[in-house]
Amino acid sequence: MSITITLIAQVLAFTILIWLVNKHLWGPLSAVLEERQKKIADGLAASEKGLQEQEQAEVRAKEVVDEAKKKAADIIAQAQARSSQVIAESKGKAAEEAEQLIAGAKAEIDQEVNRAKDGLRKQVSDLAVAGASKIVGKEIDANAHKKALKDLIAQI
Amino acid sequence: MSATENADGGGGTVAYIQHHLTNLHTGEGFWTINWDTIIISILLGGVIMWMASKVKNNLESGTPGGFQNFVEMILEFVQTQVKDSFPGHNPLIAPLALTVFLWVWLMNFMDLIPVDLLPTLAAGLGIPYLKVVPTTDLNTALAMALVVFLLTVYYNIKIKGPMGYLKMFLFHPFGKAAVPANMVMTTIEELAKPLSLGLRLFGNMFAGELVFLLIALLTLGATISAGLLIWFPLQVVLDLAWLIFHILVITLQAFIFMVLTIVYLGMAHTEDH
Repeated sequence: MSITITLIAQVLAFTILIWLVNKHLWGPLSAVLEERQKKIADGLAASEKGLQEQEQAEVRAKEVVDEAKKKAADIIAQAQARSSQVIAESKGKAAEEAEQLIAGAKAEIDQEVNRAKDGLRKQVSDLAVAGASKIVGKEIDANAHKKALKDLIAQI
Repeated sequence: MSATENADGGGGTVAYIQHHLTNLHTGEGFWTINWDTIIISILLGGVIMWMASKVKNNLESGTPGGFQNFVEMILEFVQTQVKDSFPGHNPLIAPLALTVFLWVWLMNFMDLIPVDLLPTLAAGLGIPYLKVVPTTDLNTALAMALVVFLLTVYYNIKIKGPMGYLKMFLFHPFGKAAVPANMVMTTIEELAKPLSLGLRLFGNMFAGELVFLLIALLTLGATISAGLLIWFPLQVVLDLAWLIFHILVITLQAFIFMVLTIVYLGMAHTEDH
């Protein structure tokens, strides 16, 4: 139990072991640990950032939805205005057309009446001539009494 | 300490203990080489490196497996100790502390192997002596303490400068009024550090080994008799108790050696005590 050359050998062994442990165990393993720490820190930072972004996105989304709602309301209001305008317009047009149709029909009716009157007058004058000739007993020249006939016709 | 002395001295008990306390050695005096100490400690260093290569070959930074977890746990434990008791930053301290912890623990662990198992096996192979616990050899404990001491001196000079280190010797405990006393005190203090560091480990492990030997002596050379009925269960109980206690002791000693290494080197890194 005394200090011998073994001590020197153990000093050497210890020194070499420290070097080896540093190179092959501590070095790579602590590098991995650091890498993991960094990864975790990055992950946390990213998730924080993600949360913030999500918050911002939510605010933005709300804005967009509000805007869209407003637009939709505007469009509906416009459409309603437009539709009532269209209805009013078409009502006006329909009324106008109806008046035109009525006026046309009246004019046609007047025309028909006039034509019928004319026909009747002619027939009346013919009948008058025929009657007169029967009464007189001889042929009456219609041309000779043209003026009288015309007066007659005008009187009817 | 040689074989002939053992044969001359005392009865079987003394011879048994002395045999167990004798290293496998060659040479005389200072030039004695304790082969068992050297070979076993290097083999245990090999165990550490085998562990290192096993971890290194499939390093996983994302989700490590069981063995890597285990090694990482030890590493982080050592790192915490360094962080707690070492001021400043020195990339050598943590690997040094890790080496101390693992190596000392493994060497101490040899103490838990039944005291007669390996020496008997060795005797079967024709090896006359085998002291299996390298830390029960004063040379190992003091060698590590010496390395720590040299590092302490190196960093003292590096951090404080040669003059700063000298000033510590001249003015340290009592101020400028008592320079000679300061020199004596500081020198004793500085030398006591590595000496106590090495001797503490050696003493604890040596005593532990001795207790195992004494427990083993209870039934040494016993013949089948009524007495054996008492001694054998007692031996089993004592052995188990000491073994369980010793698991704590070997870990504690490795831990103390590591922490003191960190603390001594930390003191070397502080400008003012």
